[in-house]
Amino acid sequence: MKPKIAAQSGTFESSDVIILIEPLPDHSGRKLEISSTVMQQFGESFKRIVVDMLDQFELTDIHLIAKDKGALEPTIKARLETAIKRSLGEQEGTM
Amino acid sequence: MLYIPGNNPAMIQQGGVYGADSILLDLEDAVALNQKDAARILIRNMIRVIDFYDAEVCVRINHLSTPFGLADLEAIVPLQPSAIRYPKTESAEEVAELLTIIEKIEDRHGLPHNKMTLHAMIETAMGVQNVFNIASQFVRVDAITIGGQDLTADMNIVYTPEGTGIDFARKRIVMAAKASHIDVIDTVFPDVNDEEGLRKETEYAKSIGFTGKAVINPRQIEIIHKVYTPTEEEVRKAYRIVKEFKINSAAGVGVFAIDGKMIDAPIVTRAEYILRLANVTVG
Repeated sequence: MKPKIAAQSGTFESSDVIILIEPLPDHSGRKLEISSTVMQQFGESFKRIVVDMLDQFELTDIHLIAKDKGALEPTIKARLETAIKRSLGEQEGTM
Repeated sequence: MLYIPGNNPAMIQQGGVYGADSILLDLEDAVALNQKDAARILIRNMIRVIDFYDAEVCVRINHLSTPFGLADLEAIVPLQPSAIRYPKTESAEEVAELLTIIEKIEDRHGLPHNKMTLHAMIETAMGVQNVFNIASQFVRVDAITIGGQDLTADMNIVYTPEGTGIDFARKRIVMAAKASHIDVIDTVFPDVNDEEGLRKETEYAKSIGFTGKAVINPRQIEIIHKVYTPTEEEVRKAYRIVKEFKINSAAGVGVFAIDGKMIDAPIVTRAEYILRLANVTVG
């Protein structure tokens, strides 16, 4: 499965994360750009959460940008799920 | 009761530290129309893991007449917060419809029908007219609240700090709650910088029977707690009344006097209420 449309969720506020998703051409795989104010401490954990969520939705051919301002895990997962569902056209509120 | 916007992770994760008796995670007016999905998913995730300490956790969903209400219920009911708050409640039929949907969701998830309660918000003239039916007909409705801003808008009047325009509604809603033996919570005081105004409005709300007040800013919690917390003198007096009542009851005396003043059942009931508020028991 691949994203149908570009989408985003979250904010640049503290304790939040902004997620941007756009579809890539077929057979492009996944291109992830993750940055965080706590990258040194939680970068690997953040990447695992992103990959797990993309696996759960069986998403490929996707460009995902995440800019984190110290969000907790439930917030990261919520923003990922929202952006993914928006990119699949499952919910309103796309960019 | 502290309102927290449902799409603000920082405020949600800090919600329990301010000492509010209850936290209201808001999916309705505090969330922009194009962020309803994001807030719903965020609250669903946060309720599962965030420690709100001793606060009761309620979620205000969107009305079922909007495109969001049903999706809110599907996401929130399985989590069984302390209560669901339903905005702009106008009739008992509406509450019955809502409870039917809630119970169907609970059945699908193997959940009981008697754990999570319902708070009905009265925010329209029609809701005020029907408030007793809303308050009295359902075991799961354990509180009603007045929404001052929406009510004034529905009445085409301007909201004023004196609350003149909603005074009748306030008193009618309180009376419906008292007759139904449920809690009744006053509307928010919107000017967070006017602490004296908040204190006066809270004292008025308490004097006419409201059992609590909603707040939009943690700064307002302490003032409301001060108004609602019985003074030491009130607690001492209540303790003496209840203690004397127990002694006299054991001796078969129904009415007695303290310092020359007659003490009968209504005064004892009020004294017991004060002791409950103060968390004091009479041994």
